[in-house]
Amino acid sequence: MKSLLKSAPPSAIFGMVVLAIVAFTGIFAPFVAPYGETQVVGDAYLPWSAAHPLGTDNLGRDMLSRMIFGARNTVGLALLTTAISFSVGSTLGMLAALKGGWLDEVLSRLVDVLMAVPPLILALMLLAIVGPSIPNMVGVIAVIYVAPVYRLSRAAAMNVVGLDFVEAAKLRGERTPWLLRREILPNIWSTLIAEFGVRFCFVFLFIAALSFLGIGIQPPTADWGSMVKENATLISFGDITPLIPAAAIALLTVAINLIVDWMLHRASGLKS
Amino acid sequence: MGNLLNIRGLRLEAGSRARPNVILKGLDLELDRGEVLGLVGESGAGKSSAGLAAMGYVRDGVRFAGGSVEFDGAELIGMGRGQLRRLHGKRIAYVAQSAAASFNPAKTLIDQYTEAPRLHGVSGRATAEEDAVALYRQMQLPNPEEIGFRYPHQVSGGQLQRTMTAMAMACRPDLIIFDEPTTALDVTTQIEVLGAIRDIVEQYDTAAIYITHDLAVVSQMADRICVMKDGEAVETAPTKTMLDAPQEDYTRSLWAVRSFRRPDAEAGEAQALIRCEGVSAAYGPMTVLDNLNFTFPRGQTTAVVGESGSGKSTLARVIAGLLPPALGQFFWNDAPLEPRLAKRDPATLRNIQMIYQSADTSLNPRHNIREILTRPVRKFTGRKGQELRARVEELMDLVDLDRAFLDRKPSELSGGQKQRVGIARALAAEPEFIICDEVTSALDQLVAEGILRLLVRLQTELDLTFMFITHDLATVEAIAHKVIVLKNGQIVEQGGRDEIFGDPKQAYTKRLLTSVPQMDPEWLTEARARERSLREAQ
Repeated sequence: MKSLLKSAPPSAIFGMVVLAIVAFTGIFAPFVAPYGETQVVGDAYLPWSAAHPLGTDNLGRDMLSRMIFGARNTVGLALLTTAISFSVGSTLGMLAALKGGWLDEVLSRLVDVLMAVPPLILALMLLAIVGPSIPNMVGVIAVIYVAPVYRLSRAAAMNVVGLDFVEAAKLRGERTPWLLRREILPNIWSTLIAEFGVRFCFVFLFIAALSFLGIGIQPPTADWGSMVKENATLISFGDITPLIPAAAIALLTVAINLIVDWMLHRASGLKS
Repeated sequence: MGNLLNIRGLRLEAGSRARPNVILKGLDLELDRGEVLGLVGESGAGKSSAGLAAMGYVRDGVRFAGGSVEFDGAELIGMGRGQLRRLHGKRIAYVAQSAAASFNPAKTLIDQYTEAPRLHGVSGRATAEEDAVALYRQMQLPNPEEIGFRYPHQVSGGQLQRTMTAMAMACRPDLIIFDEPTTALDVTTQIEVLGAIRDIVEQYDTAAIYITHDLAVVSQMADRICVMKDGEAVETAPTKTMLDAPQEDYTRSLWAVRSFRRPDAEAGEAQALIRCEGVSAAYGPMTVLDNLNFTFPRGQTTAVVGESGSGKSTLARVIAGLLPPALGQFFWNDAPLEPRLAKRDPATLRNIQMIYQSADTSLNPRHNIREILTRPVRKFTGRKGQELRARVEELMDLVDLDRAFLDRKPSELSGGQKQRVGIARALAAEPEFIICDEVTSALDQLVAEGILRLLVRLQTELDLTFMFITHDLATVEAIAHKVIVLKNGQIVEQGGRDEIFGDPKQAYTKRLLTSVPQMDPEWLTEARARERSLREAQ
């Protein structure tokens, strides 16, 4: 592990540092943040000051504290959603590659249908049906992102299922879960990890977009996407405060992609 | 001092400058005009790197670290790219092992032929095309006027290799590097290609470096042979001297490999372990196996021989249960054998094991050797804890591998060691019957011999029955009790080893046997004369 970190290029280290800071503040938000998440501490739109380093928002809540709590909500939910779509999508993808035949056909066509509808429209439609709540949002986004994960893991697994060691395992009478978990998964792991990083960013941006549209994370919960919306009027007055949550989103996205790039580089065997 | 090519103290390195990985450590080679030099050695000996260096070229990540490469008086090391480019293709040409991978699949053969002459301004397109047809005719390609207008996938492997040689001749170079040009071909095809290459090189008095690991092949092609090991020339001598009186121990050990024979080749009468009655198999509408009848005698090795496409690997898949037969039935000890893998009972699964050709794809690269061996032992024999660990270590001893390898990944092992792990995995099940699918084809001769000796020893110790699939008749002669010759999914001939090798009844078997290159330098001439008379007789 130590040598792994040592071999990381500066870009990946930067990414990891940013990720670590976000994770730390997210996890320990109540201890790090100067004020509460929904606590009204003064007038609306106060300028930056010693008491409120980033000023206050449209309801007079401390901007910095909301940023910190927002990290927890936005990043946490994105992580959860991505994890769900990956466990479902990659399992189905590997299964389709291994079994082939009608199972592969049915799953692949279902996924095609899912991918035929633009994700944002599909999400708006599904959320309109089930109602906007956090569990519903997580479920809907997870379902939407199962599709690309399924396609990727199926394609990656296709390259593995034809190899002799999988045949050897079949000849040994191994059951499907073993074949998926022990023979195939370790060999497509690096591809999946890399994809996880990218998907995580997409999901993260998606949640922010839904929140911005008002059907994502509901007020008064702090969230980077809706924070941009709530304070958008300030932009007309030349104040950059509303852009800070947006910048945080961008920074985290870049950080994760730097780490992913490094992982992809390692996985492709270009170590030295 | 060669008057065409002089390589002096050539040193090639890869990796970091501080701790370089030395590929060639001071190689000396010389070549006269019109001379053919054979480079022989195992993989990793540096043959291919030496061949490329003779063109003033090194692979990515490799660098010249000393010595000189002088071609016709000009130093190639450090020569500008433009100057090198003017030499390559025009005065020095290269023929690669896999013609299929070296041709551009989207262009016709003759298009690719005319590229070099036009680029170097040797001739225009029309002249180049005429010339191509003439060379195709000399290379004895069928329909020389027409074949050039086909795409690479439309001609056979042997023909492709010949068109590639013709392409290398396009500018009438002074030197051609042949890098294992016939290694991927069947023996009967190999003869044609070898003959065509030899003729054309002789006719135009072209010098050549012929790289191969096959001693019999090199003795047909080369005037002089240079044996390489670990980046150094072990011994260089004219072909005849080299064959009759090799000086170095390493050379002698290479020569001796070919004479390995199992001591107990006399096959007594044995009961049939597997009997096959009227088995046919098909992939969709394509029949691959057609009404096969044979037996595998218990405790013996039955070799299944045939060229690529003869259905020998399909037969293995059918026996293993991966492809149920369309017709017919197998019997295991006279009891019907369940055709489908999914319905076989654990005892049957345990009894039939398989060893694969490519150890690279048959071992999961993400598991270490211990995991690879532990799983089948646990699954098939139910051993646990200390007993399980002891058995895994015992398996390593059985295949002569150091127990320290248990904690390594397959990528940290050599080809021969990986193949031994493959064998250990098959033995873990304690089977009665093992299918060996081209298990030595991907290995160097010395390593392959070690594997064959191991298999013979295991067979006697553990009373195993082998089905040995191969296209290499030298291996068959070394290890088999019984031989089945397959062609186009049908059995051409079967019988005891001495019967098949001593007195083959069928014309195809005879042809297959005479196509195996011999160490005698006259062999190719004689074999081609035989082929010709055979063709005329027909």
